[in-house]
Amino acid sequence: MSSGNAASRAGSDHEASRGQPKVELSQNPADEIKYTTCYMCACRCGIKVYLKDGKVRYIEGNRDHPVNKGVLCGKGSAGIMQHYSPARLRAPMKRVGPRGSGEFKEISWEEALDTATYWLANVRATDPKRLAFFTGRDQSQSLTGYWALQYGTPNYAAHGGFCSVNMAAGGLYTIGGAFWEFGDPDWEHTKYFMLFGVAEDHASNPIKMGIGKLKGRGAKFVSINPVRTGYNAVADEWIGIRPGTDGLFVGALIHELFRNRKIDLDYLVRYTNASWLVIQDPGAADHGMFVRDEEGAPLLFDKKSGGFVKATNPDAEPAITGSRKLADGRTARPVFELMSERFLTDAYSPEAVEERTGVDAEQIRRIARELAEVAFEQEVVIDQPWTDWTGRRHEKMIGRPVSMHAMRGVSAHSNGFHTCRMIHILQVILGSIDCPGGFLYKPPYPKQSPPWLLPHGALPKIRPLEPLGGPHLGFPLGPQHLLLDKDLKPSRIDKGFSWDAPLSAHGLMHMVINNAANKDPYKIDVLFLYMANMAWNSSMNIPGTLKHLTAKDENGEYVIPKIIYSDAYYSEMVPYADLILPDTTYLERWDCISLLDRPISTAEMAADSIRHPVVKPDRDVRGFQEVLIDLGARLKLPGFVDEKGEPKYPGGYPDYIVNHERKPGIGPLAGWRGEDGSKIGRGEPNPKQLERYLENGSFFAHEIEPHMRYFRHANRDYMEWALEMGFRMETNPVIFQLYAEPLQAFRLAAEGHGDAQPPETHRERIAKYFDPLPFWYPPFEETMVDQKTYPLHAITQRPMHMYHSWGSQNAWLRQITAQNRLYIHRDLGRQHGIEDDDWVWVSSAIGRVKCQARLMDGVNRDTIWTWNAIGKRKGAWGLSDEAPESNQGFLLNHLISELLPEGGGGYRYSNSDPVTGQAAWFDLRVNIEKADGANETEPRFEPMKQPFEMDTPDVLSFGAEFKERAR
Amino acid sequence: MTTLPQSTDKKLGLVIDLDICVGCQACATSCKEWNTGGYSAPLSDIDPYGADPHGAWLNRVHSYEVGDGVSGHTVHFPRSCLHCETPACVTVCPTGASYKRAEDGIVLVNPDMCIGCKLCSWACPYGAREYDEHHGVMKKCTLCVDRIYNEHLAEVDRIPACVRACPTGARHFGDIGDPDSAVSKLVAERGGYDLMPEMGYKPVNKYLPPRARRDQTTAEVRPPVETPERTGKDTASSFFAWADKMLSS
Amino acid sequence: MHPAYSVIFFTTASGAGYGLLVWLAMASVFGGFPPDWALGLIGLGLALALITAGLLSSTAHLGRPERAWRAFSQWRSSWLSREGVLAIATYIPAAVLGISWVFYERFDGAVAIASVLLSILALATVYATGMIYASLPTIRAWHQPLTVPVYLTLAMATGGILFVFVLSLFTALPAWAITLALVAVVAAYVTKRFYWVAIDESPRSLRPENATGLGHLGTVRQLEPPHAQANFVMREMGFKVARKHAVKLRRLSAYLLFLIPIVCLLLLFIASMYTAPFFALVAVLAMGTGVVIERWLFFAEAEHVSMLYYGAEAA
Repeated sequence: MSSGNAASRAGSDHEASRGQPKVELSQNPADEIKYTTCYMCACRCGIKVYLKDGKVRYIEGNRDHPVNKGVLCGKGSAGIMQHYSPARLRAPMKRVGPRGSGEFKEISWEEALDTATYWLANVRATDPKRLAFFTGRDQSQSLTGYWALQYGTPNYAAHGGFCSVNMAAGGLYTIGGAFWEFGDPDWEHTKYFMLFGVAEDHASNPIKMGIGKLKGRGAKFVSINPVRTGYNAVADEWIGIRPGTDGLFVGALIHELFRNRKIDLDYLVRYTNASWLVIQDPGAADHGMFVRDEEGAPLLFDKKSGGFVKATNPDAEPAITGSRKLADGRTARPVFELMSERFLTDAYSPEAVEERTGVDAEQIRRIARELAEVAFEQEVVIDQPWTDWTGRRHEKMIGRPVSMHAMRGVSAHSNGFHTCRMIHILQVILGSIDCPGGFLYKPPYPKQSPPWLLPHGALPKIRPLEPLGGPHLGFPLGPQHLLLDKDLKPSRIDKGFSWDAPLSAHGLMHMVINNAANKDPYKIDVLFLYMANMAWNSSMNIPGTLKHLTAKDENGEYVIPKIIYSDAYYSEMVPYADLILPDTTYLERWDCISLLDRPISTAEMAADSIRHPVVKPDRDVRGFQEVLIDLGARLKLPGFVDEKGEPKYPGGYPDYIVNHERKPGIGPLAGWRGEDGSKIGRGEPNPKQLERYLENGSFFAHEIEPHMRYFRHANRDYMEWALEMGFRMETNPVIFQLYAEPLQAFRLAAEGHGDAQPPETHRERIAKYFDPLPFWYPPFEETMVDQKTYPLHAITQRPMHMYHSWGSQNAWLRQITAQNRLYIHRDLGRQHGIEDDDWVWVSSAIGRVKCQARLMDGVNRDTIWTWNAIGKRKGAWGLSDEAPESNQGFLLNHLISELLPEGGGGYRYSNSDPVTGQAAWFDLRVNIEKADGANETEPRFEPMKQPFEMDTPDVLSFGAEFKERAR
Repeated sequence: MTTLPQSTDKKLGLVIDLDICVGCQACATSCKEWNTGGYSAPLSDIDPYGADPHGAWLNRVHSYEVGDGVSGHTVHFPRSCLHCETPACVTVCPTGASYKRAEDGIVLVNPDMCIGCKLCSWACPYGAREYDEHHGVMKKCTLCVDRIYNEHLAEVDRIPACVRACPTGARHFGDIGDPDSAVSKLVAERGGYDLMPEMGYKPVNKYLPPRARRDQTTAEVRPPVETPERTGKDTASSFFAWADKMLSS
Repeated sequence: MHPAYSVIFFTTASGAGYGLLVWLAMASVFGGFPPDWALGLIGLGLALALITAGLLSSTAHLGRPERAWRAFSQWRSSWLSREGVLAIATYIPAAVLGISWVFYERFDGAVAIASVLLSILALATVYATGMIYASLPTIRAWHQPLTVPVYLTLAMATGGILFVFVLSLFTALPAWAITLALVAVVAAYVTKRFYWVAIDESPRSLRPENATGLGHLGTVRQLEPPHAQANFVMREMGFKVARKHAVKLRRLSAYLLFLIPIVCLLLLFIASMYTAPFFALVAVLAMGTGVVIERWLFFAEAEHVSMLYYGAEAA
């Protein structure tokens, strides 16, 4: 914001007359300005890159871009130093020393691609499942997933399994949308905003802009987070909750709203399955399932006709209370009753949760009261008629201006799925989903709840040289959709969609290396990774992971025989790979941020964007997607070669972006489709599509018309438009699933019903955690370790100016945080005799880490925390061996086990949410004590050798050249 | 020219809103990025990939904890040159490299004249002077003097880089000498204040204080909500009866 | 404040040099001794050597010493510039006196006018040096009424001891010289003593609450500095000496700078012509060491207001 022309008119003419030096006020900062998309985090803002003399002079936000509207965060504004990082890889390499040593030989691309093709072709021709292809912070999952599908391995996922799957699955199984980056508060209208433990790198700038906006408007902002930094620092009310208890807190809010009759009954009747009838016949094979008619449609009790009608009957007057006798004599009760009973129990009363959550009962009651008051007394009314799915016209859009957002703090716990569902249920009972002032979907969401997309890759269907039957990742509705081998064993190397993690909609990347090294469920031949620092901060239990990566069998061969890795930088993972495919920086590449993937849409616009090479690489590197398409053609994968076996996309990635069609007329980019570029969403490929994107600042945004802006889960015109755009497969309304029947289907299996039943070891766990109504249970780790020995919670946060491990190679960003501290509450510090800058040991059940303390006030008393991914291994990222990152900086990952302790039955589950398999890295329990000895972190690892000389000057005078030229 | 102008035509400066600054560092890095290639080019970094990385930055973001316990705050606090009306950093300069522009009040250092005696940094109470160790001259916030009049930029972009980048909108730029400017009105409305007025430097930049919190420390005490009437035999059944009644009416 | 050795050497050496110039000039005006060319050469030579070495050393503190000449331009506003101008201006009457004394063995008549001017300029230069520090409201320990008197009296005391030493090499020390030097040393001691009391007692009235303007919300504590490593401001202004070390060093500097020279001066009353140079030399060496420690402390004990932004509790 600025006050406009404050500076106008005071030009340089005056200077001489005032005896002042002459200042060059109007030097041209650029020979050329190019528009592309940022990649300094997952936010994907539009940027303008100023180029001078072929060098990047300046990067700023694109004012027209839907995501950031001109602003740019601390990371994005330091992009120059990422682009010119000395740690950039410069040519393909093959490993010549032992794994982990960092000894490599640079080779040609031809040799690298030949090698990769040879390895991959062998596996595909014999046993495709022996390729595990996992991508990390991949922003092209629609391509990488498609490639893996055509290759025919069941083993593909990106990094959502340790990032966000609880949010995605919790949301999609409940409201057909999700927080994470798939929905936003209605920043323009919301009056009460609750933010639960959010990770800063998703919707980074939109949240910042939104918070600024709503605080300026006088809306109330409540943050629920154990740590009062960042967004939480500017909250009107900060609730320093105990980690892992958000579900209890939300449950108590729901309890209070029910108890005080402050719920939107009309909304529940209209948009949710509150009135759907649930069979009450304990012991029966269909107990707890919906009452359905012959066509399988769920039924409700119609008060008007006094009988059962289809739940989607627009003319019904649904009963949400009362037991009903079914024709077969059994009883059924509506979801609303079951849900009310769940939350009205004393277990969710504010008094009952007070101690566990650390939140005062009175505070919980007050917040519930405030929520109710804003939702029901301060409605937002927009004078905009709209038509619902039944065809009824509504004159106004009436909204309940309460909004919520949640991410990592909920996601990274083993109770995250149910907690996420509970937050959505809180929103739903307040009537605040996709209404003015509420939570808004971003297109292509909402999807059906759960989305009609099943996972593919069951082993019996995997055959050499054949593509997979469909996409790898999806949303099982019951045990019949799990991906199992004949012996009930997992089909996937990460055990996704197995009885270990049935709804693992993003896979479990965090388990791949462990499982592959243990040949459990089977041995693999090639591990192919992209942009995932699995040998360091992206893994739990790093020492264990490094052991797995270098494990050898009885013949002295590596248990994971071949590892291919693509990364742009010399990260900690690089030394552990056998073949390195060097990627470009984000300013040197083509990319496509597609609506088929994680779109950049806002609530008001469907949008997608591209990256294009604004500068040419000065090294022998290639964009990974380019390489993947090339490999696809070399392997002759269907979809990558034409009928004659010739490359289908000889023009590489840009060719693919323009000409690939997932379904007829639907391709990676939605804008300017059709031969003349006149079509949106659906249309034939347009050879000039990329030119049109470049003309438009490298993005496309289609504004949604005002009558389709809200209630999109039930807005007829929106549904029809979304169908046309290819976002949806039909125009039925999205019915919010307060009661998630698919979970009950799994539970019934665990109770001994049906053909597909879990192994004995898993029955109890499935029966317990597959509750169709959300509930809170303590995070696993705290129930399995001695709470007296490990009385503290330990969590991490991402600094706003860093993204994963990338920031430390950035000469500017690392100046801000070159070392992370362990933050401890002042009182806790006093109790342990720890003062600022003291060195302390943090120990967990699997190890201990030495780090330097900093005391603070704004943190939950039983919680310690640190900045994520600042600690580095010596030799990585182009840093000197003396860098604070590797001598004082540390990771908590060393303390987090990838497996839970042995439970009943001797089976060790992964340290994950039992429903989704989300890595539960916020469950960590620890203790602290003051440390003696050297002021250096421990554990420390062998320094990595640098495979080539990196250009790391003693003094950096970036920008001097621009000035000299100007003279 | 280290004697100060009698008055300046404008008092250009920044207004920084501590109520919504989340400490994202965008203002710091965008400033570094613009200015390392601009008027003050370069802003050198020493040991950028080694043990002691540090350099010249014209804008830095501190964070503080204020108050204790439930009434405590975490405050992110960006700090740069305040372009004071009576800046001793200018008058102490022996060479005339430091000066305050008569037309807009911007305090500048002419990097071609500075001898690097650092006295200006001693004179500044705000720690806003940034010595470039490698080039031996003093650098400081120029209020992006090479942006705000730059005809190569769109008019809307003729604002300091930090203001242009700030995602929360916590930074405002304008003529604080003009009581009718948007920034002056904002300062009046939000109680914008000077840093250390007791030093007598009369800073132009203003800070907007955090707004009053709305939590248990400020919430008005209200009578407890009346317990809803219970017609049924237990909580649930009375609740169902209520729901039924509501939907039938 | 960071005690930069170039600045410590400059202020102490040039201070003593200017003091010595004043002593020599005034002694010549009052005819305290005959215009022996050798005394003039050694005395004025030593003074000018100290001044010149100090000035050269001070440029080592500059980032761009080759541009040092620019520092003479802003004498209208800048004490540093005034110091530079005065320092150079002092060379002119010094040269007049020196040439006349050394080559013509005369310092009477019109030369006396140059000597008076020389004394005024020398004292003015030291005054300007003092004012560089005293004029900074950002540094409480320097922004004191006694800062300039400390610089002046120390210049006269250190110059006085040098004067006595130089004189002792040429002649039996006249009582007036010893007495006046004693007066100068005692005056410097008293001034410095009161200065120390003053800085110990002057309230550290500014706190982080003032610096941030957030005092109305409670006490302000640094949570995280802007950058991980120390920046220029922290390196330059953030130097700290522990209180107990400072107390010891103050005592040591007082012994070396005042006590030993006073004892030596008293001994000089009874010393023979042959032992006098020895006692004077001891005084010079003690004083030299003492004044360096004093000056080091002058910087090290000074707290800069800007450190309030970096975790300092008060300034």
